[in-house]
Amino acid sequence: MASVEFKNVIKSFGDFKAVSDVSFSIGDGEFVCLLGPSGCGKTTSLRMMAGLETPTSGQIYIGGEEVTHLHPKDRNIAMVFQDYALYPHMNLADNIAYPLKVRSEPLARRHARAKEVADVLKIGHLMDRLPSQISGGQQQRTSLARALVYPAKVYLFDEPLSNLDAKLRLEARGFLNHLQRDMGMTAVYVTHDQAEAMALATRIAVMDQGRIVQFASPIEIYRRPATTFVANFVGNPPMNLVPVTGTKGDGKLQLKADGLTIAALLMTDAIGTALAASSSLTLGVRPEHLGIATPGAANTITAPLFANENMGPESLVTIDRGDTARVTARIFTDDHLDLGDTVTLAFSAEHVHLFDHHGNRIPGTND
Amino acid sequence: MTTQPITTAPKRKVRNFALLSNRAGAAFLTPAGILVAVFVIFPFFWVIFVSFTNRTLLGRTALNPEFVGLANYLALFDPNIFFQRGQFGFSLILTTQFVIASALIGQALLGLLLAWLIQTVPAWVKRLTETFVIAAWILPEVVIGFAWFAFLDRDAGTLNMMLNAIGLPSGDFLLESPFWVIVVFNTWRGAAFSMMLFNSAFSSIPPSYFQAADVAGASSWQKFRDIAVPLIRGHIVTNLILITMWTFNTFTPFLLTNGGPSYRTELVSIYNYRVAFQDFQFGKGAAVGVIMMLINLAFALVYLSLGRKKKVR
Repeated sequence: MASVEFKNVIKSFGDFKAVSDVSFSIGDGEFVCLLGPSGCGKTTSLRMMAGLETPTSGQIYIGGEEVTHLHPKDRNIAMVFQDYALYPHMNLADNIAYPLKVRSEPLARRHARAKEVADVLKIGHLMDRLPSQISGGQQQRTSLARALVYPAKVYLFDEPLSNLDAKLRLEARGFLNHLQRDMGMTAVYVTHDQAEAMALATRIAVMDQGRIVQFASPIEIYRRPATTFVANFVGNPPMNLVPVTGTKGDGKLQLKADGLTIAALLMTDAIGTALAASSSLTLGVRPEHLGIATPGAANTITAPLFANENMGPESLVTIDRGDTARVTARIFTDDHLDLGDTVTLAFSAEHVHLFDHHGNRIPGTND
Repeated sequence: MTTQPITTAPKRKVRNFALLSNRAGAAFLTPAGILVAVFVIFPFFWVIFVSFTNRTLLGRTALNPEFVGLANYLALFDPNIFFQRGQFGFSLILTTQFVIASALIGQALLGLLLAWLIQTVPAWVKRLTETFVIAAWILPEVVIGFAWFAFLDRDAGTLNMMLNAIGLPSGDFLLESPFWVIVVFNTWRGAAFSMMLFNSAFSSIPPSYFQAADVAGASSWQKFRDIAVPLIRGHIVTNLILITMWTFNTFTPFLLTNGGPSYRTELVSIYNYRVAFQDFQFGKGAAVGVIMMLINLAFALVYLSLGRKKKVR
């Protein structure tokens, strides 16, 4: 196991900058998820760690040793591919044992080791099958087994669960989580699924347009998103963002928007700086922090009902404020709501997030 | 591999859509049909017929050829002279050596190696190589034949000039080692096809297979041996059979060596040509042609059966 470090790494494909000036360091035994929409540079970053792409500039270190221009085979890493990359002409035993074969291990030893790993992953009884003769979930485990069969410094995962159906994905996710904590391996995991990142990672690097927007623990990213992008990407459904106009009055912050009633907030220096730049701010409230208003609620937002989706334990109530800004609440009560009803949702001041006109979090709010 | 469900052939052909009526279709097919009949089907049977006669160009048997049964065949396989220079057996052995050296080892191995090497080079180098290789391949045989003749000529040949320029003595390659000249020539001529075929076969392998091997620590040779070659096995078999047939039938070395000196490069196709059109023994020439057809048929059957096996799997 080893640490991974990026220093000012840039990767361009022609005019397009896939990764622009990314620096971070991943500690020994950490499970880091690179999270972001497609085209944000997360897979390119992972492939540069693996050595499948060479950075345009910058340095990459694995275990303190510079590997920027090292061939993948000399990096002592393991990788699980999105399409599994199992060799169709080899049975499972040979597929799993292939990394040992290229290390010139004798046949009996490498098959014994492959069986050992396969047993842990509950595919030990399938060793004679070809990849085309097993299910998608089993193929995924086989590719995982091939990565685990030899001791690597870092384990890289390129959206390994995205080809599985929803139920299998949950199962595999739980298993991966357990495995990583159990082995204490250093893992870097690329995904566009925020739930996967939240469930697996010890830290998440949220990426957008080739940059890391926020690099923090899942709970930190959930509680204190650094930008509106992160706020809008993490959470299911994502955070509601309402454009508001802020004014200073009586030493407090007054926020105004259609249908919004909010008690004045405590003024801070940070808010003052943001207000000085622009009075247009963004108010953020997570759906789970919204509820159907009871009479006399201080902070409310009112609009006609757009949709009411029953999910079993909760309902997703969406109201339409007209200016394309819809607000969704996760309601855990059985209120009967009809389309066109005017609904008032309430939230408490402690769950309010504020962002300046660039979309950056205004520190101090809700910390 | 999934097993294809066995479908019974429909009893009556149902035509859902036709561009032309049957009559118009037949009218369009007729000219091509006549040409094929006159130049392919008729000669095919005519050669078989002639091979049982003593037909010649001139003399009594030109007008009234006699039926001689298997005499032409027996003459070809006469054990007393079979292996002598300029005889059928000698040509057959020479052709076998030629096929092994220039097609199987030369073209296929060189093509495979080149195809593997251009997988890892930058895209523009790959495109450039492909362009040159195809350019070499689409040149007419006659042009290539004379280009090589000019290259290897003893007095004014390009190769000797280059050798002299670096202080090496001239050689008369066409006279001293004619067999190796035609082997190198045919390798050069045909490696492009194998290379392009293997190149496209390699390109059809998902890149993640090789990347997974890279990460696992495999060397280029290990990737070639363990992943690339097993996955294109079908293409290799197809290629070997095709180039075997083509090399077996090739006539172009005639342009370089005229089959000589003293029959040392007389491949069966050239032997056939000499017997039929220089010695004007049409009957015997036709017999050689029939034997060549049978050998080609054997290759074709092997090819077809392998192709069919692949589909069943």
